[in-house]
Amino acid sequence: MDVQIALLLAQDGLTNGAIYALLALAIVLVFVVTRVLWVPQGEFVSYGALTLASLQLGKVPGTVWLLVCAGLATALVDGVVAVREGRLRRMPRSLLANVVLPLALAALATWLAPRNPPLLVQILLTIALIVPLGAMVYRLAFQPLQRASVLVLLIVSVAVHFAMQGLGLVFFGPEGARTPAFTDVRFELGVMTVSGQSLLVIGASVFLIVVLYLFFERTIYGKALRATAVNRTGARLVGISTSLAGKLTFTLAAGIGAVSGILIAPIATIYYDSGFLIGLKGFVGSVVGAIVSYPLAALGAVLVGMLESFGSFYASALKEVIVFTALLPVLIWLSLRSRHVEEDDEE
Amino acid sequence: MSAVLEVEGLSVAYGKVEALHGANLVLPAGSIVTVIGPNGAGKTTMLAAIMGLLPSQGIVRYQGRDVARDEVEARVAQGLVLVPERRELFGEMTVADNLVLGAFARYRRRESGIDADLDAVYQRFPRLRERRGQLAGTLSGGERQMLALGRALMTRPRVLMLDEPSLGLAPLVVREIFQIIADLRRTGVSILLVEQNARAALQVADHAYVLETGDVVLEGEARSLITNPRVIETYLGLAAGSRRTSAA
Repeated sequence: MDVQIALLLAQDGLTNGAIYALLALAIVLVFVVTRVLWVPQGEFVSYGALTLASLQLGKVPGTVWLLVCAGLATALVDGVVAVREGRLRRMPRSLLANVVLPLALAALATWLAPRNPPLLVQILLTIALIVPLGAMVYRLAFQPLQRASVLVLLIVSVAVHFAMQGLGLVFFGPEGARTPAFTDVRFELGVMTVSGQSLLVIGASVFLIVVLYLFFERTIYGKALRATAVNRTGARLVGISTSLAGKLTFTLAAGIGAVSGILIAPIATIYYDSGFLIGLKGFVGSVVGAIVSYPLAALGAVLVGMLESFGSFYASALKEVIVFTALLPVLIWLSLRSRHVEEDDEE
Repeated sequence: MSAVLEVEGLSVAYGKVEALHGANLVLPAGSIVTVIGPNGAGKTTMLAAIMGLLPSQGIVRYQGRDVARDEVEARVAQGLVLVPERRELFGEMTVADNLVLGAFARYRRRESGIDADLDAVYQRFPRLRERRGQLAGTLSGGERQMLALGRALMTRPRVLMLDEPSLGLAPLVVREIFQIIADLRRTGVSILLVEQNARAALQVADHAYVLETGDVVLEGEARSLITNPRVIETYLGLAAGSRRTSAA
């Protein structure tokens, strides 16, 4: 391997790593706030990529029906609970968020899709169609289980993954899709060719990470999510409801997933079931940060991207094996360190 | 005076063990009521049940309305606020963030006057202003209690429930905390105070209940309980004149 190839591989690894970093951050966020090990983060990625691909072909994306159905199911559950507890005054808000909004988005998408809107509009529409799914998934699968153990939540999370993957097959079909590159620009930088596409992906990821950072540091809702992660009882005692925090967290996760899907769509061919493997790589990244540290998770995700890119050069058939085997030393290190912490506690 | 908080037949069970057996309690508006009793009497359990943190049976009527179906967050939003024994601060966040989050329910309602209240809290606890950029987990015991009180004040409580506010604090700080409790009543906040430091609690309170192994065994005006032989013997010590400074 010469320097040029190494640089090319590094660029590839960094590009994918930036996307994995977004996923890793979403997985950490969901875990610290809700204690859910969020396996289906990748499903939001494939939904995002496939939605954008449909829109680019001028077709109404399957997400539209998925969103309407999920919304109706959520409103139904809310309705049953409201009747049983005699709290009907909460229903208008639920109907607005779960029925009116999805129908409006569906109408907009149906109207816009054949008109071939500019790329930016397609991207915004894709995000708008996927973001509401986050809160719905939380409401349907996890809100009734707020007091459940981490293990139960993990089992439900795996079930949600299979459900979302199956729904992906129903609504998007078995065909894969790949969108054209956002840009064909290339720069010569010494011996290395930098593709505009890579820069765009890395730039978008970094931008999103900065936005998330500002959200958590500067806004009251961001602080409320951090507070819930730090001390759930304390958060409830100042009026931050666990359900609100959960819905907000899953909304963010869905948004991050949709953006990741849009970014990865021109890089890889995405099928309804591609999300799982992509999400798992984000998960490996988050494990590097013990699923609690955001910076370490992002760093871990970039390492995963690098490992994957160099792994595919040296042993293409084994690249997934290489990436997932990288978990072993990390886990050994974490378990050694955690025993040390326990000893500290006993003192 | 009308009651702002009424508790009727409140029972709490941990599994099969009942920790509170049908307790009754009335908190008149603008007053301080204290619940004293030994460790394990069910005092903390009672406050947690009133707050909605524990499932319970019986009636909790707040401002004339049964709040049984309201979640903790809904009770906070109505002004029923608890400062728990464990403080439950956001240790990895700054003092300022802890205080601001106290007003979370008010931010959601787009209420005004939050900044002015933050200023008032800093005025009341100047040490919190000095340490506003510091992480809450690094504060001393007394500062943590002040932060817990300050955070509770940011919710703008009508009823403030304090669980062992003097626990583990130095005598000087204890006196300061009780001074603040007396001050708060003057601003119109009704206070339900749970204490092991019975003397200090009885001195500041209007009315008192004595809780033993889940039952209210005695109640009356705080002034009369302080001279009640049984209370003196059990909670104030035989030498009634001597100061008991630390309950923990």
